[in-house]
Amino acid sequence: MDLNYSVEERAFRDEVSEWLRDHLPADLRQKVLEYRHLTRDDLQRWHSILAQKGWVAPSWPQQWGGTDWNVVQRYIFDEACGYAGAPPLVPFGLLMCAPVLFKFGTQAQKERFLRPIYCGDAFWCQGYSEPGAGSDLASLRTTAVRHGDRYVVNGQKIWTTAAHFADWIFCLVRTSPAAERKQDGISFLLIDMRTPGITVRPLILMDGEHEVNEVFFDDVEVPVENRVHDEGKGWTVAKYLLGHERMNTARIGTSQRELEHLKEFASMQRKNAKPLIDDPRFRDKLSHVEIELMALSITNLRFLDQLRGGRAPGAEVSMLKIKGTEIQQALTELMMEAAGPAAQPFAPVAGNDRFDRFMASLAPRYCNYRKTTIYAGSNEIQRNIIAKHALGL
Amino acid sequence: MNFDPSEEQRLFAASIERFVARDYTFETRRRVVASHDGYSRDVWAALADLGLLAVAIPTEYGGLGGGAGDLTSVMEAIGEALIVEPFLATVMGSRFVARTGTLEQKNSLLPAVASGKLTLAFAHSEQGARYDLAHVTTRARKTGAGFTIDGDKRVVLHGPCARTLVVSVRLAGDDTDQEGIGLFLVSTDVPGVSLAASRTLDELRAADIFFADVHVPANALLGETTCALSTIEDVVDYATALVCFEAVGAIRFANSATLDYLKTRKQFGVPIGSFQALQHRMVDMVIEYEQAKSMASLACATVDAETDPVRRKRIVSAAKIRVADACRRVSQESIQLHGGMGMSDELKISHTFRRLTMIAQQFGDADHHLERFASL
Ligand SMILES: Cc1cc2nc3c(=O)[nH]c(=O)nc-3n(C[C@H](O)[C@H](O)[C@H](O)COP(=O)(O)OP(=O)(O)OC[C@H]3O[C@@H](n4cnc5c(N)ncnc54)[C@H](O)[C@@H]3O)c2cc1C
Repeated sequence: MDLNYSVEERAFRDEVSEWLRDHLPADLRQKVLEYRHLTRDDLQRWHSILAQKGWVAPSWPQQWGGTDWNVVQRYIFDEACGYAGAPPLVPFGLLMCAPVLFKFGTQAQKERFLRPIYCGDAFWCQGYSEPGAGSDLASLRTTAVRHGDRYVVNGQKIWTTAAHFADWIFCLVRTSPAAERKQDGISFLLIDMRTPGITVRPLILMDGEHEVNEVFFDDVEVPVENRVHDEGKGWTVAKYLLGHERMNTARIGTSQRELEHLKEFASMQRKNAKPLIDDPRFRDKLSHVEIELMALSITNLRFLDQLRGGRAPGAEVSMLKIKGTEIQQALTELMMEAAGPAAQPFAPVAGNDRFDRFMASLAPRYCNYRKTTIYAGSNEIQRNIIAKHALGL
Repeated sequence: MNFDPSEEQRLFAASIERFVARDYTFETRRRVVASHDGYSRDVWAALADLGLLAVAIPTEYGGLGGGAGDLTSVMEAIGEALIVEPFLATVMGSRFVARTGTLEQKNSLLPAVASGKLTLAFAHSEQGARYDLAHVTTRARKTGAGFTIDGDKRVVLHGPCARTLVVSVRLAGDDTDQEGIGLFLVSTDVPGVSLAASRTLDELRAADIFFADVHVPANALLGETTCALSTIEDVVDYATALVCFEAVGAIRFANSATLDYLKTRKQFGVPIGSFQALQHRMVDMVIEYEQAKSMASLACATVDAETDPVRRKRIVSAAKIRVADACRRVSQESIQLHGGMGMSDELKISHTFRRLTMIAQQFGDADHHLERFASL
């Protein structure tokens, strides 16, 4: 047994880290490290830098810009970016819409949509969830009725991340309300966000930030050529995408960076005239998270090793999501706790020019990270998946 | 043994519950926290009319002479409705005055508090002090007939609306000595006092308060004592017992909102409350509530009756630990079980989450109180 990366893998990791050191703009990195809000321009800038290097879409087929890296290299790359403090890539185009197009899209669709996704010219968002359809996605009710060469879409999506700055949305819609199984009446549509009849309304989360939206469709006309796969096959598409989740859902690299940050932060805070990190109670909690992360990073590698052969991941992804998000939440909680009473302020009142924005970002960040166990398939749903599909319960 | 409230306590409870139902809906609160001052003078006047601001004031000074046990229903209602008015800060301030003030100080402040004319705040916490009550670096020196104060206070809750502050200062000794701490009554409009105000995560107003060469007369020294740490501990323990009851109210709301949601939210054709994985978690939240309420009751009874400070500290710390754990568990679970809706600013549950998160650390987090409990 050898738990280390091979010589080639290590060389690859060094190459990536070195490149990141030279090309990740300091101001973007600083924004990430200080938990500041990233604008569309910020996200696009980093996207373009990676696109120019040819590293923005490693998992794509090579002819479309993929890098031909194996699963381990892809993992190394993702984790190195997270560890370095690179802005996240918006996943909806690169990692959701694109794989669907590769598998089910027509040649015309590929030619039309993939290049702008690669270059970062078109941002996408994901229109799955509805007020009545969250965990039970198949009960969605947004309808698309066909009139000649167009669909007319009516209904509402909710929690749509990035809809306020996205150019396109991919949606699950109901095309045959009468289908016997509710999964059978669903189709997958690509919709231009500028189409008349679309209204985007912000939904403010409990940290006061605007990242998700409600999207209303009122007689929105969508050309039939924007349907991916056959009518009524939307559920097949959605399931394919679920099975195609990446192996970095655990976000080990990001958490490793956050853990180091937490240690550094806790050694600057004082308790009883000593660094907080020397307080046994705090240190024990920190150590527990560190150990959990250590275990998960090896678990992640073990799973990767098993997948080298090309088998599609199953319950592994769910386990990584559950543990990864629990660790992310624990880290945000300890950061808030480390700040102590200084974590109370949230926003300055007019005239306060001595406000410490970093301290004030820690508690809202703890609040915001509660989302991680809810979205992308809640952790309860992930446990159901493991129980049902891996354990046969 | 008798866990029933007295007739008088029942009346307080009924009047605050009526007030909240009619005049402090979540929509009202939303307007209040967005307003310029971040609290409502009308609400404050209404609380005064109901007699609630007089409960804890001694009878000689226009109050009802009640204790923590008489305030539990008020605190519960504050927690349930997320009331942002400076009730606890004012109760703390008036307890300082009632405990140690001179006759003149009591006469000039306490009746004004009881009638709703005066709000107070306790300016104590400092940079790097964390939860250590003896960490006081703000200095007061004797100058002429009075004193001069210099130093900074951090995140003084309700500081922006208080007209009078109870300020802890160091009169002698090193920064964290137990001895040599005094308390001053300082008006916020005295030259040299400046405020940098903020909104807190739980939507209260707070201020960093800076004292630069602030001259106060000799009679501003509260109770003429240079040995105020034990008073500070007494008042903070009293407030801690009360905030535990505020948590109980907030937890009760979180639980009832979540239970409601489990019964009404349908997925997969059934209420999500029919999933056993969620049922057990709801049950655990209810057990947390009961355990928290027991310890909050014990703490309030203790601060009213216990004369031995060591026993008082032990019980109050035990209560705060238990309540902090309940705050954390119930707040986190209530959001999780609400799914995406729990994350939304629109729903009251996310604001209850924010308050519970802050109560868990107010007057010392669980680690701080574990250390104190274990050392006694
Ligand atoms: C910040 C954020 C961003 C999001 N971004 C997007 C996006 O871009 N696009 C998009 O389409 N969606 C998005 N979502 C929606 C997200 O996918 C849903 O919130 C999620 O699927 C849960 O659905 P729900 O909110 O309706 O909760 P519900 O499904 O109503 O669940 C409520 C609770 O019940 C539990 N539960 C439900 N069913 C079961 C069961 N069978 N067994 C046990 N427990 C169960 C859940 O785990 C949860 O705890 C986002 C959500 C958030 C919070």
